[in-house]
Amino acid sequence: MRVNVTVNGEQRQADEVWEGESLLFLLRERLGLPGSKNACEQGECGSCTVYLDDVPVCSCLVAAGQAQGREVRTVEGLAQGDRLDPVQEAFVEAGAVQCGFCTPGLVVAAHDLIRRVPDPGDPEIREALAGNLCRCTGYEKIMDAVRLAARRARS
Amino acid sequence: MSLTPAELTSSVSGGIGSSPQRPDGHLKVRGEFAYASDLWHEDMIWGATLRSPHPYARIVSVDLTEALKVPGVYAVLTHQDVPGRNLYGLEHKDQPVLAVDVVRYQGEPVALVGADHPETALRAMKRIEVEYEVLTPVVDMETATEDTPLHPGGNLVRHVPVRRGDQNASAEVVVTGRYEVGMQDQAFLGPESGLAVPAEDGGIDLYIATQWLHVDQAQVASALGLPLDKVRLTLSGVGGAFGGREDLSMQVHACLLALHTGKPTKMVYNREESFYGHVHRHPAVLHYEHGADRTGKLVYVKAKIYLDGGAYASSTSAVVANAATLGVGPYEVDNVTVDCWGVYTNNPPCGAMRGFGAVQAAFAYESQMDKLAEALAMDPVDVRIVNAMSEGSVMPTGQVVDSAAPVAQLLKLVKDKPLPPVSTTVDLRDMPGGVSNTTHGEGVVRGVGYAVGIKNVCFSEGYDDYSTARVRLQVINGEPAALAHTAACEVGQGLVTIMQQIVRTELGVQRVTILPMDTSIGNGGSTSASRQTYVTGGAMKAACAAVKEKLARLAAGRNTTDLVELLGGEVIDETVEWRHRATEPLDPVTGQGNAHVQYGFAAHRAVVDVDVELGLVKVVELDCAQDVGKALNPQAVQGQIQGGTAQGLGLAVMEEIQTADGKVRNPSFTDYLIPTVLDMPPMRIDVLELADPNAPYGVRGVGEPPTISSTPAIVAAIRAATGLALPRVPVRPEHITGT
Ligand code: FES
Ligand code: FES
Repeated sequence: MRVNVTVNGEQRQADEVWEGESLLFLLRERLGLPGSKNACEQGECGSCTVYLDDVPVCSCLVAAGQAQGREVRTVEGLAQGDRLDPVQEAFVEAGAVQCGFCTPGLVVAAHDLIRRVPDPGDPEIREALAGNLCRCTGYEKIMDAVRLAARRARS
Repeated sequence: MSLTPAELTSSVSGGIGSSPQRPDGHLKVRGEFAYASDLWHEDMIWGATLRSPHPYARIVSVDLTEALKVPGVYAVLTHQDVPGRNLYGLEHKDQPVLAVDVVRYQGEPVALVGADHPETALRAMKRIEVEYEVLTPVVDMETATEDTPLHPGGNLVRHVPVRRGDQNASAEVVVTGRYEVGMQDQAFLGPESGLAVPAEDGGIDLYIATQWLHVDQAQVASALGLPLDKVRLTLSGVGGAFGGREDLSMQVHACLLALHTGKPTKMVYNREESFYGHVHRHPAVLHYEHGADRTGKLVYVKAKIYLDGGAYASSTSAVVANAATLGVGPYEVDNVTVDCWGVYTNNPPCGAMRGFGAVQAAFAYESQMDKLAEALAMDPVDVRIVNAMSEGSVMPTGQVVDSAAPVAQLLKLVKDKPLPPVSTTVDLRDMPGGVSNTTHGEGVVRGVGYAVGIKNVCFSEGYDDYSTARVRLQVINGEPAALAHTAACEVGQGLVTIMQQIVRTELGVQRVTILPMDTSIGNGGSTSASRQTYVTGGAMKAACAAVKEKLARLAAGRNTTDLVELLGGEVIDETVEWRHRATEPLDPVTGQGNAHVQYGFAAHRAVVDVDVELGLVKVVELDCAQDVGKALNPQAVQGQIQGGTAQGLGLAVMEEIQTADGKVRNPSFTDYLIPTVLDMPPMRIDVLELADPNAPYGVRGVGEPPTISSTPAIVAAIRAATGLALPRVPVRPEHITGT
């Protein structure tokens, strides 16, 4: 099947997409956007989080065909050229990135939180990130990064 | 003239002792860092692995006919297609690349498929017909050596005895216990993956996520029957490791498919396959007896420790040695009788995971210390401090601890912190059970627990443990620039940052580029045993010293220390192999010997709220104090402590690969739970920097100690809240409710 989808503002097309392929597979293997990660492919880890029509979803749980005609924004679409998004910047500065495999999903989830809630408290941050597993950091520096990004977004 | 570091470093920032940004940080937050699973090659095919569904079975026949008929399939391979030696292993070569006539664990690779799409490969795989004669698996580690032999030499992988002092000592106060540790998984997020590209010279280029390039290279070359120089490995992005990538997974398999088909071959495990595709932490059964006098001073410790190595040896020998030599913990004990056995069973193979051997022992000896405190009506921290080792103490192996061992100080640091207030308002998010709304505070009891642990740093027992580093210095675009190259694997911990920092500090050069890690340079050793900053850091420092020597020659008779002037068009390029001080093997009968290079220590205090009716635990706070010798990068040190502590929390209350008759019951993140941000409490961390004079910059390995003490501290806190014995981790709700 053929899938037409807007990804990071660009009209993209993929041919010969299989029935069972996920949006994650489409992005990673057919559209050359491997930024969204494949840590579980079962909806348990959040490493594949992308915006689908502006709502964060686990792209491993969305069939590629369901993205037909819709808009996807991935971690690759957050920075403006060389300028990192403030959330991305905060993750690097705060030391929230170790192996970084969880990072793309967390960056998208945190980006969404800060858009919705300009001044999130710790419990809100924890709730918003509860679907994103990280095995390296123990989450402390991820919390620091989100607090920092939120503070900067307000100022 | 000679150049002093002060002259060289005058103008650089981001040297040692500071926390500059990771060189790969930007790529990682942009989603542009290439992990092994992101690799792509023109014309590549996908590999898949057919695995045994049985923990123990004889292979009667394998029929590939139907699989080969599937359109899009390029190759279907079995052990007959392995051109070299079909056995590999880190310490014993006992594991088949592909099973021959018997499978010894559920998930053992039997055949491979290479196809044009991962789905095609899976479909073809399902058409391979294997007839098995199912055998009764050996699953009990305590009786395994008496059971059906699974390997030619029987089921004992290694026994390490440690004997010190009076073997018949007696004491006024005696406490005993039997403890169990479940099988933990590394659960790194980046799945096993790699890309093998056949080369024109008949060799292979493998891009791979691993912890140790050279040991992979040697094992792959042996299996492929190729000379080492025809098997070239390059590290690709690694999504965490924690020990789970020290053994081979798909390395040989991808190369076999690539060489057979002549096509670049990519293999990526999914999460379920990952649970079968790497070794886990050894489950353990530990029997302990502690004898003490009325003041709490330990008179003797006796222990029998069983470690389940599963179907293949992996690093079981080293795990056994750690559990045995570190078996009494960071305490002074004159009379010690420890025996540790590592055995083969038909359970999943176990090997390296952060803190190996030490983690299992610490759960038991720290539980015992709490029992002892209770028997003596002493404070649990006091009983530890009475026995705490310090610099100059003698280990049960007879080895003298010859650098800082601030065990008592670490305990005091965590104890002296103010305790968190018991919250007076009810926020469900702070309750055990969280927003599932299981309690509003009724039945919730608070508990506080302490633990301290010890870990050996670097490779032990006489192993020739070294690393290789190369530094090249030249002027580029009017600026001095350095290139640093090693084969030491960056797995997420931040080794690349540390290498840049060392070169900046040593050479006074701001621009330091880290070359990709590969096998074109000498061995960097394993990214394990908390050793890379110590050993590859030592090698990098030594390579810089060699560069400085050359610089000093250029400077002779000239009146400048300016690198640009000094170097002109010269290129200085130095490669150095660096070793830490030598260790000795353990005496096989007494377990005596200077077997370890260095010891690391951490202590935790855990505060928990337990819903005693439902058995749910909320860790409210988890504080840690650790001596790191010298924090080369304070932010990365904290990251290691926080991450290591989280894995210890996982083992305490949630993480276990559950097996039944050798079969894994929960190979997914749905059923194998790791801590989320809701499970991890805030942490306060005290970092001591008591330099080890034997180590480069005084560093002490950081990565493992926090994983060791976190688990027993949390369980101690749950015991304090509930009054239950809780002799097993992970603690499950039913252990608390008794239902
Ligand atoms: S890969 Fe989609 S949730 Fe884990
Ligand atoms: S940084 Fe490795 S999983 Fe989060």
